[in-house]
Amino acid sequence: MNRIDLRFKELKNMQKKAFIAFITAGYPNLDATEDLVLEFSRVGVDIIELGMPFSDPIADGPIIQEASQIALKNKINLDSIFGLVRKLRRTVDIPICVMSYYNPVFCFGEGRFLRKAKDAGIDGVIIPDLPAEESLNLKRQADKLCLDTIFFLSPTSSLERIKFISGLSRGFIYYVSLTGVTGMRQRLPDGLLHHIREIKRCTAKPICVGFGISGPAQVKQIYRVADGVIVGSAIIQKIKENTDRPDMPKRVANFVLSLKDG
Amino acid sequence: MVKMLPDKKGYFGDFGGRFVPETLMYALEELEREYLKARKDRRFLKELNYYLSEYAGRPTPLYMARNLSSYLGIRVYLKREDLLHTGAHKINNTLGQILLAIRMNKKRVIAETGAGQHGVATATAARMFGLRCDVYMGQQDIRRQRLNVFRMKLLGASVIPVRSGSQTLKDAINEALRDWVTNVRTTHYIIGSVVGPHPYPMMVRDFQSVIGRETKDQILKKEKRLPDYLVACVGGGSNAIGLFYPFFKDKQVKFIGVEAAGEGLSSLRHAATLVEGKPGVLHGSKSDLLEDRFGQIKPAHSVAPGLDYPGVGPEHAYYKRIGRASYVAVNDRQALEGFKLLSETEGIIPALEPAHAIYYLKKLSKKIKKNSLVVVCLSGRGDKDLDIVMDRL
Repeated sequence: MNRIDLRFKELKNMQKKAFIAFITAGYPNLDATEDLVLEFSRVGVDIIELGMPFSDPIADGPIIQEASQIALKNKINLDSIFGLVRKLRRTVDIPICVMSYYNPVFCFGEGRFLRKAKDAGIDGVIIPDLPAEESLNLKRQADKLCLDTIFFLSPTSSLERIKFISGLSRGFIYYVSLTGVTGMRQRLPDGLLHHIREIKRCTAKPICVGFGISGPAQVKQIYRVADGVIVGSAIIQKIKENTDRPDMPKRVANFVLSLKDG
Repeated sequence: MVKMLPDKKGYFGDFGGRFVPETLMYALEELEREYLKARKDRRFLKELNYYLSEYAGRPTPLYMARNLSSYLGIRVYLKREDLLHTGAHKINNTLGQILLAIRMNKKRVIAETGAGQHGVATATAARMFGLRCDVYMGQQDIRRQRLNVFRMKLLGASVIPVRSGSQTLKDAINEALRDWVTNVRTTHYIIGSVVGPHPYPMMVRDFQSVIGRETKDQILKKEKRLPDYLVACVGGGSNAIGLFYPFFKDKQVKFIGVEAAGEGLSSLRHAATLVEGKPGVLHGSKSDLLEDRFGQIKPAHSVAPGLDYPGVGPEHAYYKRIGRASYVAVNDRQALEGFKLLSETEGIIPALEPAHAIYYLKKLSKKIKKNSLVVVCLSGRGDKDLDIVMDRL
């Protein structure tokens, strides 16, 4: 059982839900990413999703696109992310997933990517443009290493796909709340809670909901039916607003706390 | 069908596939299902053929370019896709896809465009069939191809400027994909080249194969034999695959794809994906790409906006690996020379994209037997490029 599975087990015993924070690695710089993870760990974030920046992030809205471009200017690559996690592992035990579009992984080599991720202390991988059908080879290798492979379900997934993908997913299932890209939204899409209940009927694996979630009220609503939430753009936006302040990581962590326990 | 490729998962050898966010999987499955039904449906094919001939102006002539031929010392035929309605081969594909969109009951279509030719062809087809149309176009291309922007607007399409990244075709595709992910239930994305996730490379190839099928009939009538060489420019590669594919099994016919070397291959400002790139995954499929060693996509460059793309259709990457086609690169300056050459010898002003292929004939003619029979796809006409060329010549 790895850190992610363990965390969900603990949460279940405490009848609590998971709060997963996404940040783009290297935005606004790699030291800030390190401080943010430490702060997030301190305020009780359950899982960190570290985003590897990509030049053409088709699943992302403007906020994460901009963060990715800045991170790329800071010359962030997979090795720098592995280095960061290795360093973090000296002090924190918080579960960490790495999110990357497929091409950087493909170029790095699937097997090498997974081994290095594991060695660095990463617990799971999320690849938004690698659908389950194309991932079987990667999945087999990840399973051997006890690395979680987190797949996506969306409002357009058929019942057949829901069954297929829940079967393959490990750690948790990432449910995309809406048809669209990442970014803050005022309200949750219609039918969301209903969809989640439907999926829960097909699988016992934890379902975490992401895309568009930016306020404490939304988090609360999702907690009613799902096992966790993933917040990205709203956090990146907070980082941006506070980017020049020396206490930026603390301020962002306080914001996260307000979302989490709002 | 000449050969049953791609396979069921959309692969041409190691290339192709379907690399998209989960939200789009259902739309691609739906599109594949509908297309496979449609291509066996006589009524669909009859309707498509009707519009191709009555509306778009098919068949296009296969023109013996006598002056160019005697200048080069080889026999050159031009497949005149430039004479089609809207001025380029793109309409072959947009008519096919718009009929599919209607079958799937989609009320809105979106498209990306580089040179503006695919955008114009999509706007045209959408207007005729009464569908809403939004076209994504890089800000830099909007500046370079003002005439086509105006045409699209006149045809009732909204042209949405894309300001991210390199502000060219690659970024327009990113933005179109983001739109599609958002509006997938009501919108069909008309991809303009043989790129993107399965079934697009197969479907666009099939729609463009009318170029090669006609060429085959015409050359057999005129010359009583098959050509020695087929030459076409390659950006994403739709006019080239359209010309090549029906000759796939005719091994004596050699295929040459001409890519854009931009400011020169050593300048790193080029779009010669097959010549210089390496395998990767972009815009939903695995193919050759211009990328750095970390897998970040490099911006492409070409004087021809339609070739200004860091990826290429997976079937071309496959043809290259199995040695069925060879790929070469021609730079901006040479393309302008090709542009002038065809204008001056034949009184035909080519688009800058096929001007790359025209220039390559000069090199080819020095290497091959005198009087070899060569067919070049003249994929579009040059009116749209006069702004660019006036600045340069």
